[in-house]
Amino acid sequence: MERFAALLDALVYTISRNRKLALIADYLRETPDPDRGWALAALTGGLDFPAVKSGTVRALMMERIDPVLWTLSRDFVGDTAETASLLWPAPAQAPAPPSVSEAVALLSAMTRKSVAAELAALLDRLDATGRFALLKLATGGMRIGVSSRLAKTAFAQAFAVDVEQVEEYWHGLAPPYPELFAWAAHGAPPPDIDNLPTFRPFMLAHPLEDGTVDLADYAAEWKWDGIRVQLVRAGEQTRIYSRSGDDISATFPELLDALPFPAVLDGELLVRGAHQGGKTGGAASFNALQQRLGRKTVSKAMLAEFPAFVRLYDALIVEGTDLRSLGWAKRRAALEALIPRLPGTRFDLSEVVEARDFDHLAEIRAGARDEAIEGLMLKRRDSPYIAGRKVGLWYKWKRDPLLVDCVLMYAQRGSGKRSSFYSDYTFGCWDGDPDNGAELLPVGKAYSGFTDEELKRLDRLVRQTTVNRFGPVREVERTLVFEVAFDSVHESKRHKSGLAMRFPRIHRIRWDKPVHEADRIEALRALIHQSDRPD
Amino acid sequence: MTVPFSWIRPEPHGIYIAPADAWVDPSRPVSRALVTHGHADHARGGHEATLATPETLAIMELRYQTREGALPVSYGETMRLPGNVQATFIPAGHVLGSAQVLLEHAGERVVITGDYKRRHDPTCPPFEVTGCDVFITEATFGLPLFTHPPIQHEIGKLLDRLAAEPERCVLVGAYALGKAQRVIAELRAAGHNDTIWLHGAMERMCRLYEEHGVPLGDLRLVSDAPSKDALRGHVAICPPSALNDRWSRRLPDPVTAMASGWMMVRQRARQRGVELPLVISDHADWHELTTTIAEVNPSETWITHGREDALLRWCELHQRKAHALALVGYEDEDD
Ligand SMILES: [Zn+2]
Ligand SMILES: [Zn+2]
Repeated sequence: MERFAALLDALVYTISRNRKLALIADYLRETPDPDRGWALAALTGGLDFPAVKSGTVRALMMERIDPVLWTLSRDFVGDTAETASLLWPAPAQAPAPPSVSEAVALLSAMTRKSVAAELAALLDRLDATGRFALLKLATGGMRIGVSSRLAKTAFAQAFAVDVEQVEEYWHGLAPPYPELFAWAAHGAPPPDIDNLPTFRPFMLAHPLEDGTVDLADYAAEWKWDGIRVQLVRAGEQTRIYSRSGDDISATFPELLDALPFPAVLDGELLVRGAHQGGKTGGAASFNALQQRLGRKTVSKAMLAEFPAFVRLYDALIVEGTDLRSLGWAKRRAALEALIPRLPGTRFDLSEVVEARDFDHLAEIRAGARDEAIEGLMLKRRDSPYIAGRKVGLWYKWKRDPLLVDCVLMYAQRGSGKRSSFYSDYTFGCWDGDPDNGAELLPVGKAYSGFTDEELKRLDRLVRQTTVNRFGPVREVERTLVFEVAFDSVHESKRHKSGLAMRFPRIHRIRWDKPVHEADRIEALRALIHQSDRPD
Repeated sequence: MTVPFSWIRPEPHGIYIAPADAWVDPSRPVSRALVTHGHADHARGGHEATLATPETLAIMELRYQTREGALPVSYGETMRLPGNVQATFIPAGHVLGSAQVLLEHAGERVVITGDYKRRHDPTCPPFEVTGCDVFITEATFGLPLFTHPPIQHEIGKLLDRLAAEPERCVLVGAYALGKAQRVIAELRAAGHNDTIWLHGAMERMCRLYEEHGVPLGDLRLVSDAPSKDALRGHVAICPPSALNDRWSRRLPDPVTAMASGWMMVRQRARQRGVELPLVISDHADWHELTTTIAEVNPSETWITHGREDALLRWCELHQRKAHALALVGYEDEDD
């Protein structure tokens, strides 16, 4: 437990992602089984001890310290586990500390009746850092800046295996993941997951920057504005996974019995509506889909009003046959052959966009502005389905961004490597004629789209033209124009301007342009119809 | 019969000694001030007369560029103030020159601690327990969770990190008066004799400490370093505000450390982007605050700045008469 506690503490204070990876990897390499497996489970949020909750810890403390002093301390620290770890009255002679596995075994065995005595006995065996680690492990919610993906990447790094393979096995395994360590650390054969509905890492695309592709080699598909999902059916169970590999099955129960045979399919999850084209009926706007996201349970009314379906892009595995090593064209043929076997209310096919040549495709893409389509996907016809982003296989060719000239108003310090720079910028447009007393209203915020050299120059400008400070934020003199690129703009009550941009980034810094030549709010408002889906 | 202790009263801007027309640590200019120590929130400038230890007066002179009205009082020396009030300055163990003030009048004794700690500090004489009727104490770290570890332990953490990452440097954010010099002195005591690199804002105070008999070893300014490489594997010290400022860009990939009692709380350290928290405080921790009250054993405890609620609660639980003074202008120092 001491080693794990030291790891957590080090992670709390480490900002750099690479250093975090190295810390976790070192721990995983140097710690014996099954301790490291339990630790990995703790870092990925895979542990749950029903008898031990934040309230249990508080109750335990109340028996040991004046309630007023507890409350004052808890309010100051802001975290129950940490406060308790600091205030726990340690016995003069502490018994030997438990290993992580012993702690997990003891925590698992606790019941609501026994937890008070047993958790206390466990806390007595640890120092303050150990108590913090134990309580975090026991109550979940580490809040130490380590995502589940980061922990898995560290695992892959520790044993020089492929992180996508780790992801693939992950969902079929349970803590402390003995098969995973046997494979990665000891060279055993990989875990058998064929009969488990596990997640297969997605194939992802690179942006098509300026180049073109030959349509003889690449097929084009629409890129729909829903959420990318993977549907997996195996061993009589169906699961739906999001892009990050999160299991979102409970959010879309209507899809769980829609897939009648074992398969792994890749597609876009949408809800029914009249606005996104497709062979068997359209999809509603992204806003409608948003109504359905993030819910753990779904009401009947929701199911009726916003029924979900999947627009299929690809087939990875069908009835035990792994298609991923085949070229896209062969997989596409297999996918098309599946469609008649699938219920049309829950599935349709993402159409291939036919074009004479690349210029023609560009024309089609330009005409698609109003179609609630994010852009086009270009897929190499002979490319296998490979996890991650491999250059040259898939491209996403988003619609041209919209552009508007804005004036820099506020700057905020960045985080991590950029914490000494003012690197987050809020900019605005004029609410009328700037030569006639108009004011700037903030319309968006961006922290990307410039080079390191430009960042230095921007940072200097912010410091030299500061007129006001609010904590980490500086208000600056209105001297600089940004050409801001964004994907779309919407009505928003959150901003005083009444508008909000989607994915704004700095396109160019117009050091040359006088601020009164920046755009007005009306100009930005006029772009709503160009970008928003009709509702 | 007069009301007990009616000759001394807390006002928003300091503690007022009525018969002497004098103030202790007033936060605005007055005709006669008794100043416990040189931290800016206790030692404001502009008083007509300032009674303080010679070290505190030297620190104030450094900050305000004037000695006007300075009246030095040595530790243990008793000054007669108007109105039959006697004032004695007693070591507080907080920073160089820091003192508690013992006031005596009409057979009553009042001790004002200013800021204090009970731990050993090579840069100033230790706190002396002084019996009194009214004990006016600080409460900066007045929560039971504050248990400051032995400083050797924290200095060890710093030196371990330095050895573990020799290609980087460790940049310690430390309050420019007191904390910085104590950290340097403790590094020297731990056998670290390398050059320690300073932010420009530290230089004059370090020199002042040395002039007052606190040797700090080889100190150089970061701005005088011949190259980034010269700083690799070394300790540099700067004010907390410079830790994440662009000043720190001239250092070779610094490990951001901070020497402060607040580093006890993880979230506090994270908020400041601290990678290496060093729990080093020049204030009394909870145990020191409560045992000091018990040792001094006054008939009343008055609590000045800090987390007075919890200390008040402790007094209540231990059947001690106490109340909190609503003084303005004191800050949580970065220690
Ligand atoms: Zn102080
Ligand atoms: Zn103070």
